[in-house]
Amino acid sequence: MKSRRKGSGPFIPWSALAPYLWLLLFFGAPLAIVLKISLAAPVMGQPPYTPLFEATKDGIEWLINWDNYLLLLDDPLYIAALLNSLKIAGISTLIALLIGYPMAYAIARAPESRRGILMMLVILPFWTSFLIRVYAWMSILSTTGLLNSFLLWLGVIDAPLEIIYTTFAIHLGIVYSYLPFMVLPLVATLSRMDMTLLEAAADLGAKPWQAFLRVTLPLSLPGILAGSLLVFIPATGEFVIPDLLGGPDALMIGKIMWTEFFSNRDWPVASALTVALLVLLVGPMIALQSARKRDANAETPQARGEAA
Amino acid sequence: MSAPNRPISPLYLVLAFGYAFLYAPIVLLIFYSFNESRLVTVWAGFSTKWYGELLRNEQILNAAWLSLRIAFVTACVSTVLGTLAGFAIARYKRFPTRGAFLGLLSAPLVMPEVVLGLSLLLLFVALDSAIGWPSGRGATTVTIAHITFCLAFVTVIVQAKLASFDRSLEEAAMDLGAKPWKVFCVITLPLIAPALAAGWLLSFTLSLDDLVVASFTSGPGASTLPMVIYSSVRLGVSPQINALATIMISVVALFVLLSGWLIFRQDKARRG
Repeated sequence: MKSRRKGSGPFIPWSALAPYLWLLLFFGAPLAIVLKISLAAPVMGQPPYTPLFEATKDGIEWLINWDNYLLLLDDPLYIAALLNSLKIAGISTLIALLIGYPMAYAIARAPESRRGILMMLVILPFWTSFLIRVYAWMSILSTTGLLNSFLLWLGVIDAPLEIIYTTFAIHLGIVYSYLPFMVLPLVATLSRMDMTLLEAAADLGAKPWQAFLRVTLPLSLPGILAGSLLVFIPATGEFVIPDLLGGPDALMIGKIMWTEFFSNRDWPVASALTVALLVLLVGPMIALQSARKRDANAETPQARGEAA
Repeated sequence: MSAPNRPISPLYLVLAFGYAFLYAPIVLLIFYSFNESRLVTVWAGFSTKWYGELLRNEQILNAAWLSLRIAFVTACVSTVLGTLAGFAIARYKRFPTRGAFLGLLSAPLVMPEVVLGLSLLLLFVALDSAIGWPSGRGATTVTIAHITFCLAFVTVIVQAKLASFDRSLEEAAMDLGAKPWKVFCVITLPLIAPALAAGWLLSFTLSLDDLVVASFTSGPGASTLPMVIYSSVRLGVSPQINALATIMISVVALFVLLSGWLIFRQDKARRG
């Protein structure tokens, strides 16, 4: 078996070399540099931080500066921003799940001939510009926007509501932007489900809602997990949505990083914040990775062909 | 499953609401791009004047041209690199540091953009002061940054295609004496071409759309289209941006519908 022998070897395959080097240089190395600069002190000049070590005649002298991390712990602003990001991302993920699950269920149970077009309709907004879609909500939610004008015209309200620049607007923006990420993995797991299980449950006397709670829901947990993580992880570090739809007091870590970097030009603190964000997200990222792996193993080639 | 429509009908209502939520903002945006008035909420009659103003806006046109060039190079390079990586993962189940390679490939998919952007900028600055390259930041550094996260997406697509790939054709070619690179070029590559096309289009779109990573890794004088849109949008709603958005959405929708139709036709031909 020639192909089996080729499957493993003592060397890195030639085809992996170029992408491997690229990712080490432009993804691995930058993260190492972030870690390094988070341990430096800010100075005026270019680059605006101190070196990590200095070569002296006695060897190498390390100049590690923990001040940035101490500042993160000391200033309640940063802790609050980190916690608030997790909270906003968590609540948005939950809302996206509550909207996305029924949609995914309906798509997965639709006749197979229609499933393709229904899926495409979910994916289509994802292909259009993210910035433009967030911008679209600005004109709907603003105080002189479409929603307020409509409600005023209906007579439901007397004065415009403050919808934009609130936490609610951030939630709405995140749910709207990331909904396809929730729906797609759910459709994949739900359409792979063996429908005879539901028939068996019905034959054994389960009511439809019982069958749903005890058969469908547990079986779709991998999809729920994957979809939720795909929404939660990017939402935690989100910058555009809190910046455009949230108020000036919208405390989210992505926005604070941006401000520290561009407005305050404090690169070491921005780096320390980046490291803190990564530490927070490394758990969810590993969970997503293992969920993907489990999903890929469970997937038969035939089912994959149908889902695609 | 031949379950009749009866249990499905309330679900179609759910779908209708879901799709309304997804599409209403986009439809409203398109609608108001033809509004005569500068105000969003006041309909003052049909007009295409914002499109005319858009086409005379040098700053936006320059930024669009820059973004298109960056997206084109990004899509080409990341398709090549991503295909190589996808091939390595799908075909070589064991090699030293394969786990680390997988990690490097999947982390950019979920890494928050602010982290990617900031870390790449710090790398470019450090490289610049160490070896004098890249001197300053601009289109080149943005392109490198975009390739870094796009190549991971291409890898996922190519790898999935190769996983469901019937290798008997390759084996037949090999048995007939074709050399490995010839098998790859004549058999493998044409068979996975749809995945390459999908990966190329996805990279192109992601690059064209990116604001955060580009803002970090770009320099003075190299503002991409999203950067110009962002600085304009921060000041509030603008009818010119509505017109621009409408053009962008139409182009994307056309592309997606076209590729959807091609896939549909291919499927039909295959099923006979």
